[in-house]
Amino acid sequence: MWKGDLFFLLSNLVQKDFKIRYRNMSLGVFWSLLNPLVMMSVLTFVFTKVLGGGNAREYALSVLCGLVTFNFFALGWSTGTSSLADNAHLIKRVPVPREVVPIASVLSNCLHFLIQIALVLVCVIVFGRGINIHWLWLPVLWGLEVVFVCGLALASSALNVYIRDMRYVVESANTVMFWLVPVFYSFTIIPAQYVPVYLWNPVAALVLSLRKVLLDGQAPLGHTMSNLAIASCVTFAAGWFIFQAVKKRFFEYL
Amino acid sequence: MNRIEFRGVSKSFPHAAGRMLLRTRMLEWFGAHKHERFFALRNVTFDLQDGESVALIGGNGAGKSTLLSLVAGLAAPDAGTVAVNGRIAALLELGSGFHPDLTGAENLVLNASLLGMSRRDTYAAMDSMVDFSGVGDFIHEPLRTYSSGMVVRLAFSVAIHINPDILIVDEVLAVGDHAFQQKSAAALRHLREQGKTLLFVSHSGAAVQAMCERALWLDHGQVVSDGNVKEVLEAYEGRSTVA
Repeated sequence: MWKGDLFFLLSNLVQKDFKIRYRNMSLGVFWSLLNPLVMMSVLTFVFTKVLGGGNAREYALSVLCGLVTFNFFALGWSTGTSSLADNAHLIKRVPVPREVVPIASVLSNCLHFLIQIALVLVCVIVFGRGINIHWLWLPVLWGLEVVFVCGLALASSALNVYIRDMRYVVESANTVMFWLVPVFYSFTIIPAQYVPVYLWNPVAALVLSLRKVLLDGQAPLGHTMSNLAIASCVTFAAGWFIFQAVKKRFFEYL
Repeated sequence: MNRIEFRGVSKSFPHAAGRMLLRTRMLEWFGAHKHERFFALRNVTFDLQDGESVALIGGNGAGKSTLLSLVAGLAAPDAGTVAVNGRIAALLELGSGFHPDLTGAENLVLNASLLGMSRRDTYAAMDSMVDFSGVGDFIHEPLRTYSSGMVVRLAFSVAIHINPDILIVDEVLAVGDHAFQQKSAAALRHLREQGKTLLFVSHSGAAVQAMCERALWLDHGQVVSDGNVKEVLEAYEGRSTVA
């Protein structure tokens, strides 16, 4: 059995993914900023100038909260899903704990995520919303998002070993989620009968809570937070369970 | 003490494992698609004592790599039991886990952690690893600029520095140049003198004889012969030339 320094291994794998991703980009981390800025501008233009009115600044901030949350979710999940198949040479040749591979792959998106988080915080301050005590909730919110995405990635990466179509399922699910999560619309316009369903979607709950903290300067709602915590932990536990159930045969199918 | 214990071990692979598609899986669930299995190992039993060095010989497809992957804990047997005591370093393939875009030094650290070395041990052994590999100033260049011989030297250098109880070497030494082959042979001998267990796969009879006292001959997934390296090699080479 593999007996080693798990934390050292995890940090090396995360660094590896990160170095490889950014070493071949001349503008480096700038690309992490470009995507949300472009998307924010386009969505703001379409929804405040073309499709309707409203305050462009308010809308831009609100969209940015949604985009950053959604980007990490979508990118982390899709890179996590293909991680085992992409690292087949490792799985077949080195007896490292298999769980490390998808988790490292999700975590390697965290720096990208942190840069985008910094962008949101800067925009919030620049657009005249101050720092408030409820910002202490932010690490909890983003921490839960990481847990949630790790759980999804554990399940989908393991299934992707047996059914390689899995990555297309994830891609489609991400497209659907972009519309079902209040990224570019406000939570208040959702019809009352759908609200409970929305609140069970961790990504929607994250966006909602993030806007509450950053834009309204209020603490996230208690039941939203408890839903979010339960949904994230259950997803992680389920992902872990699925992974354990099928990991024995990875060697044959990779 | 038994370092490695195989008891009636069998291992098979699905024939259609190359087709990981939803369609294949659905046909399986409905029972329409029966996949046949290919047996890579059949009822293999042997022990490896602490401090022994054993050569694994046999033609292509004899099951050598499957056996090594079971020892390394990469795959689970279908039947029988595999028990391994101690820390293993497995060199199953040229620089497995190396990435071409990382520098030699970065790959050394990554590989050390993959093989189970702690952070402190890795950085303490860093100079010695670089020195042993003999790649010199190339250590800060991306791995894709290396020759294949340099990559092996780097991989081998990490493997002997993790201070394993059991070292598995699969035909990788042949790639290094003559000087490095001698250096690595000396390093392997040194490990043997320290009482480490060595499992060695090679097609070169000379290398096998110099390194091991015992040989295990596999053919079609079964142990044909297990004993003194000289006798087993003679029998193996005799049969190979006849066939």
